[in-house]
Amino acid sequence: MSPTSSPDPSPDLGPAAAHGQIAAPGPAPSSAPVPTRAAVPAGAPVAPGAAGGRAWSAPLLGHEAEPTVFDLSVPGRRSASFRTTGVPEWSAHELVPADELRPGPPAIAEVSERDLVAHMTRLSHRQYSVDLGAYPLGSCTMKYNPKVCDEAAALPGLTGAHPATPAPYVQGWLSLLWSLADALCRVTGMHAATLQPPAGAAGELTGLLLMRAWHKDKGRSPGKILIPDSAHGTNPASVSLAGYRTVSVPSDERGLVKPATLQGFLDDDIAGIMLTNPNTLGLFEEDIAELAAMVHEAGGLLYYDGANLNAILGVTRPGDMGFDIVHLNLHKTFAVPHGGGGPGAGPVAVTAALADFLPGPTPQRLDDGSFTWVQPAKSIGRIHGWHGNALALARAWAYILANGSDGLRQVSQAAVLNANWLLAQLRGTYTVPYDRPAMHEVVVSTKGAPGTSGELHALDVGKRLLEKGFHAPTVYFPLVVPEALMIEPTETESPETVAALAQALLEIAHEPAQLAAAAPRTTPIGRADEALAARSLVPTWDAGRP
Amino acid sequence: MPHYVPHTDADFARMLADLGLASPGELFRSVPAALRLAGGIDLPPGMPEPDVASQMARLAGTNRSPGDLVCFAGGGAYDHDIPAVTRALAGRSEFVTSYTPYQPEVAQGVLQALFEYQTLVARLSGLPVANASLYDGASAVVEAVNLAVAATGRQTVWVSAGLNPRWREVLATLTAGRDLHLVDIPLVEGTTAWPGLPGSRPSGNAGRPDGAEPGPPAALVAPSPNYLGCIDPLPRAREAADAVGALLVSVFDPVCAGLLRSPGEQGADVAVAEGQPLGTPMAFGGPYLGMFAVSAAHVRRLPGRLVGRTLDVQGRTAYVTTLRAREQDIRREKASSNICTNETLIAIAAMVQLAWLGTEGLRELALRCARGTRYLRDALLTLPGVRPLVGAPVVREFSVELPVNPGTAVERMAEEGFLAGIPVAADGREGLVVAVTEKRTRAEMDAYVSAMEKVIA
Repeated sequence: MSPTSSPDPSPDLGPAAAHGQIAAPGPAPSSAPVPTRAAVPAGAPVAPGAAGGRAWSAPLLGHEAEPTVFDLSVPGRRSASFRTTGVPEWSAHELVPADELRPGPPAIAEVSERDLVAHMTRLSHRQYSVDLGAYPLGSCTMKYNPKVCDEAAALPGLTGAHPATPAPYVQGWLSLLWSLADALCRVTGMHAATLQPPAGAAGELTGLLLMRAWHKDKGRSPGKILIPDSAHGTNPASVSLAGYRTVSVPSDERGLVKPATLQGFLDDDIAGIMLTNPNTLGLFEEDIAELAAMVHEAGGLLYYDGANLNAILGVTRPGDMGFDIVHLNLHKTFAVPHGGGGPGAGPVAVTAALADFLPGPTPQRLDDGSFTWVQPAKSIGRIHGWHGNALALARAWAYILANGSDGLRQVSQAAVLNANWLLAQLRGTYTVPYDRPAMHEVVVSTKGAPGTSGELHALDVGKRLLEKGFHAPTVYFPLVVPEALMIEPTETESPETVAALAQALLEIAHEPAQLAAAAPRTTPIGRADEALAARSLVPTWDAGRP
Repeated sequence: MPHYVPHTDADFARMLADLGLASPGELFRSVPAALRLAGGIDLPPGMPEPDVASQMARLAGTNRSPGDLVCFAGGGAYDHDIPAVTRALAGRSEFVTSYTPYQPEVAQGVLQALFEYQTLVARLSGLPVANASLYDGASAVVEAVNLAVAATGRQTVWVSAGLNPRWREVLATLTAGRDLHLVDIPLVEGTTAWPGLPGSRPSGNAGRPDGAEPGPPAALVAPSPNYLGCIDPLPRAREAADAVGALLVSVFDPVCAGLLRSPGEQGADVAVAEGQPLGTPMAFGGPYLGMFAVSAAHVRRLPGRLVGRTLDVQGRTAYVTTLRAREQDIRREKASSNICTNETLIAIAAMVQLAWLGTEGLRELALRCARGTRYLRDALLTLPGVRPLVGAPVVREFSVELPVNPGTAVERMAEEGFLAGIPVAADGREGLVVAVTEKRTRAEMDAYVSAMEKVIA
């Protein structure tokens, strides 16, 4: 079917496009300019000179914005190609009831494959990535992602399997999932695991629902979850979604949870506690065994947020510390690439006492060595529409095979070594609010920093670092440290890279603070007007049309 | 042991010396001795990379390959052709190995691609604002329900029995901690008998477990096409929602969007979809893509990340994540969603796939799926004992009743080289849901029918 011979009328932007204006209700200033949109036929060239694309590279040099794919669109231009099937060519009217048939196709874009490739390639050149350089975002564990894992996850035998395929025909997948769950239990000192949660936050919610089911099974319904004040924001959000209330526990002058402090929070209404260990200050909770005993004594369970597991592989295990439920971020510790924000995978491992409550079905190995699906006896039910983010799980399995017991221990050794070595170079220039042996990441601050000239803000340090060729660290987190810079070099950065990062941070501290305040100037864009983005919301190309 | 850790022994020794430490073990001196793991993790030693590749290839090889188990299963995962250009562009390492775009100055690539993705989701759904993705169709339904509950302050939700049963289970699991009441509204001949409409019957389980009367619903969850493949008219759901002052959550299919009226056009407040059919392989169930769009009234309750266009200090076009005050890292326990990591890379693949398809291509894709569906359904219904499970019109998937147990039929069909479909139950009867994509040829369908004739004989 060619566009000219098509019986369909003009592409249709939908009713929202015809009259829509995005008047966001709520607390936004009501004087905000209201973006409007007009019924612009798709494909109408709107950015003069953009339509049809220009195979040039200016946008990557930062001099000019990259047009959107809608700006590049030219009516009638096509990329799509469909296979020969021999199926009769009934018309839309013969196949769909008239009152359900949309009058014209929704407008997409009309571009050549070559211009689409140029567009996306130019966009990719306006994007920092681990493959390009160091990405020391604290708490995010932006380590190098081995290419062998990418290739493994692209094997047609893995990508081509429909998730409803009966178990006898997908033994490779079941074997992989079973083996990975088993390995994750060995890493964490747990008994059984679910691989369904598609991200860390989903793992948290799964863990809390497991806690709820366990208590309910014992005839209890406590209402509170304890969380240290340094916790990730996903923790309290997950607590609310699980129907619990968050009670925040202050950390002490060491940056740790003190047993005496915890004692004051324990009562009959405590369902459990969520801890990250090492915590978000990069410090190991040294009293964890005592804290665990106290929580168990009070009838609660301990949840381990695995965001920082990269620090302790082969050194200690959450199970040995007394934790009952553990989530792992495979996109952190096990090198699954982050994909610009996802997909990840957030498996949850538990003690034997909680295994019956896991989401199902889970893979099980039979005596003859084959694999099947089983439903745990008291399962809380499915967490995912299928079996979890399977290709992320495959990458993690390849990573575990490649590293093995010795490699994983070396991962944590080098990660902790890099972090401490970096800290040693920053000490004396930046404030170190909790100066204890660091684990895999360090938290420093510009507030009262002895080596800085003038008023230097954490945000500005990050922006200036972008100019110096590194990604910024996490800033203003954890919340308990003012002007925080949370830096996680990871184990895959060489000593030379860590030294260069330290050098860049020292230079920034010693320079006039105005340089950092004005940064970055050499990136594809400078600082963006975020207030304008919120006040005058343009979430689509159509909303931005005059 | 692999060499992903670049440090030489000399590096280790020098850096430890710089820190005044004698051994790597001393790095972990804050870990109490009683908690130290003697002997390391109980796993084999690391493997050379070529051995890893071989082992993974062996595992993958023990799955029946897509070539010798021709896929007629759907149920939320569809066997579409994926062009080389989608794999190549979504596989670019700048997209694959970047993090959440917290520093927009060096993340314009991901941010602009997401802006373009949001635009396309808005156009497919007919609603003005779409987020930057959720985990999958199931999580999108859960987030839509959470939005409706927060927006209305109501605790009851009416869920069409045509919703994907696995998504229905996820909805039950993830809302179990809160006092929500999910009421299943039955299907009659494949379309939902929404309460309050002429000809509908009272729902079977409207009473709460505690015996109290359920309140009016926060939302109606209305899939079309539904799990049985049927088009379930959205105007009827809108009418039923209006009668009780509820929001309408439409569950749509992004491929069928090329042919069918959009959710927004038919009055949906929220539209969600499984985005896997747009350029993502079936991959044993994930990672997939939760598509999520809302009407203007609900923008500030949108879950997940939202990209907006703005200007930089020099007045250049810039893209940033916006309305950040909705998100979990700021609202913490007051957040109505805990999503942080999403499915950005899959959203970028969907954006590329849609741009490759183009306006006419999406229409043609939908049409080709509908043609194949018609062809196979007509042919199957000529077999003795094969009957439609329900009567409503279908587009890309259909359900049939077989003269044999559908689970048994799937097993026997697999021996013949076909993944025949997914067993399903409706109105107390069992059947098979069968999906046909643009990838299936007439020859494959003819062979499927011959095999089925043998299997049910």
